[in-house]
Amino acid sequence: MKRIDHAEASSHFIKAKDHIEFHDRRLWDLRQKRDRESVQLDEWEALRTLASEIKEHTLTHLADYLEEFEANATRNGVHVHWARDAAEHNQIVFEIMNSRGARTLVKAKSMLTDECDMRPFLETRGIEIMETDLGERIQQLDDEPPSHIVVPAVHKLRADVARVFSETIGTDPKNSDVHYLAESQRQHTRPYFLRADAGMTGANFAVAETGSIVVCTNEGNADLSVHLPPLYIASVGIEKVVPRIEHLGVFVRMLSRSALGSPITQLTSHFRVPRKGTEMHVVLVDNGRSERLGMDDFWYSLKCIRCGACMNTCPVYRRSGGLSYGATYSGPIGVIIDPTFNLRKYSSLPFASTLNGSCTSVCPVRINIHEQIYKWRQIISERNQLPMIKKEAMQIAGKVLSSPRLYRAAVETAGAGVEHLPRFMLYNRLNTWGLQREVPQAPPSTFRQWYLEHRVKNGGRG
Amino acid sequence: MKVALFVPCYIDAFFPEVGVATLELLERLDIEVVYPLDQTCCAQPMANSGCHAEAAATEKLFVRNFAGFDYIVGPSGSCVHHVRDHLTAIPQTPQVTKVRRNIYELVEFLHDVVKVQAFPWASFPHKVGLHNGCSTLRALREAKTSEIDEPYFSKPMGLLSKIKGIEFVTPERPDECCGFGGTFSVFEEPVSARMGYDKVNDHHRAGAEYIVSADMSCMMHQKGCAERLGLPIKFIHVAQVLNGAQA
Repeated sequence: MKRIDHAEASSHFIKAKDHIEFHDRRLWDLRQKRDRESVQLDEWEALRTLASEIKEHTLTHLADYLEEFEANATRNGVHVHWARDAAEHNQIVFEIMNSRGARTLVKAKSMLTDECDMRPFLETRGIEIMETDLGERIQQLDDEPPSHIVVPAVHKLRADVARVFSETIGTDPKNSDVHYLAESQRQHTRPYFLRADAGMTGANFAVAETGSIVVCTNEGNADLSVHLPPLYIASVGIEKVVPRIEHLGVFVRMLSRSALGSPITQLTSHFRVPRKGTEMHVVLVDNGRSERLGMDDFWYSLKCIRCGACMNTCPVYRRSGGLSYGATYSGPIGVIIDPTFNLRKYSSLPFASTLNGSCTSVCPVRINIHEQIYKWRQIISERNQLPMIKKEAMQIAGKVLSSPRLYRAAVETAGAGVEHLPRFMLYNRLNTWGLQREVPQAPPSTFRQWYLEHRVKNGGRG
Repeated sequence: MKVALFVPCYIDAFFPEVGVATLELLERLDIEVVYPLDQTCCAQPMANSGCHAEAAATEKLFVRNFAGFDYIVGPSGSCVHHVRDHLTAIPQTPQVTKVRRNIYELVEFLHDVVKVQAFPWASFPHKVGLHNGCSTLRALREAKTSEIDEPYFSKPMGLLSKIKGIEFVTPERPDECCGFGGTFSVFEEPVSARMGYDKVNDHHRAGAEYIVSADMSCMMHQKGCAERLGLPIKFIHVAQVLNGAQA
């Protein structure tokens, strides 16, 4: 499978001047709102610790809590299904719908269904799917995956949305007024809610104690998707389970503050029992999660509550856009999750980071994101997935820098111009450095030469 | 007090004046400074690229050069961070752990160990934007970051504010990464350069005449960006300012 080239993809994103400026500003604004909201709570840092501990406890007893969830959900009259991987998930969803003659699905936002590539699977089997989250719908109409896990179309300007809507749902191409566009989408979507045979949501949390699914949204589309059709299916990653309803108090306080800098989402919906005369199904999906749980260095990534704070703060993400990662999950959390799906394909992603650590500092469940990025680099190198040019540069650097003699020969080029600069120090790609930056000039002597001249030769201070 | 001076490879090769300022500053403070002559690099470039096998020999050499000292001081946050937190490509002998424990970045050494109260020889009557490299900020924890809800503190500010005439200006995003990131700067050139441009423009808008930092590698990148953009910003290492550089 072809390796994703993040650097190449980001160069295209950066060329669109208006887009990158807006993207960076919009997400930085979310980061600042997050800062303002989090300091309102004196106990914010303590909450982060508590949230992390609850998640770590749950993950280390995951099988027990999942079975507790299943037992309670079943008792509530919910059908619980287990999917080992994406293919099983998609097949289960299809069979639930197909066996009931359901052809139309209204769907709230779910990264898991994107991860499973569910839409094309169902569409080729004759099922019509309407994404009902505004951002997700824009992306569906533009035939693009979401670029952000919370704000899926954040890389688009309103003029882009006007173009997409005019080409697909017939809005006025010259009208890019936000309210006009949102209202047009709303009117376009409404009839689907009424005629849909099935509704679907993801889950922010699954509570073991009550067997309920908790969905946090701002648009109300998830509730319409659940409450109008006669069939409701929730796709739930197995790491979403929390032991008790009281634990929600911790996570719900942190989720929207971290994500959007708002105290809480407009709606926090608990779906527990099917409405009279309707069915509710929960598909619990593994798709690599239990394998990840067994990875010493990486299982902490399963604590993620998908708030996107790491993406909003990431200076690389803000300047390269989510689509440049070529994966369902982008930004810092994507960088540490994606290689578990396909190491070779996503082997460039852990290098799309300066290791600045801001992601780790904002993470509400204290995932050591930048340390995991560092670890992934080692694994990628050990499994021979580094590009040849980088591997060779590092082999040369390792040889030169471990030998005082070779090192000195490389750097002691007194009076040299750019052409004699110690190329290995710029990793053999001096031309790349100089594309948009001036190259540092080599001084007349190295520090060591100066030191020998001024401190050693004179036998002391010169 | 005897200190081993660690001058990282890129400072040795490109910015010897930073090594000189560090040495002179420590000497001014009546510290005996030894510069182990066989030193090269801390192995961070290889290790940060995931190449542990390629980093091992350089780490071994580093430990051999610095094992005999109770204090190892270097004017570069990311290199010190590598030695302290990531020098793990070789077996962790008592000698290795001692070196890792005894290394200090210059600012934290002056602030925490020597506890310098004044720099009477120094004045710097300029508008200065402080740049904390990300390793210095979030790994060495030399200052409060904007992400963490905690009381304000800043070791570099603590030292620099003792300098006569210095005036600080604050960019809009003081602790946003500048995009250097070691090998990132060449392998992710488009994003790296964009981040560098945004960084120096931010300082320029704030009115900075100088950017001062304990991280010369960030400044090598920022300087390259500012020169290409034609911005009239100058760059100077914190060691030079504390040592009394005039401009």
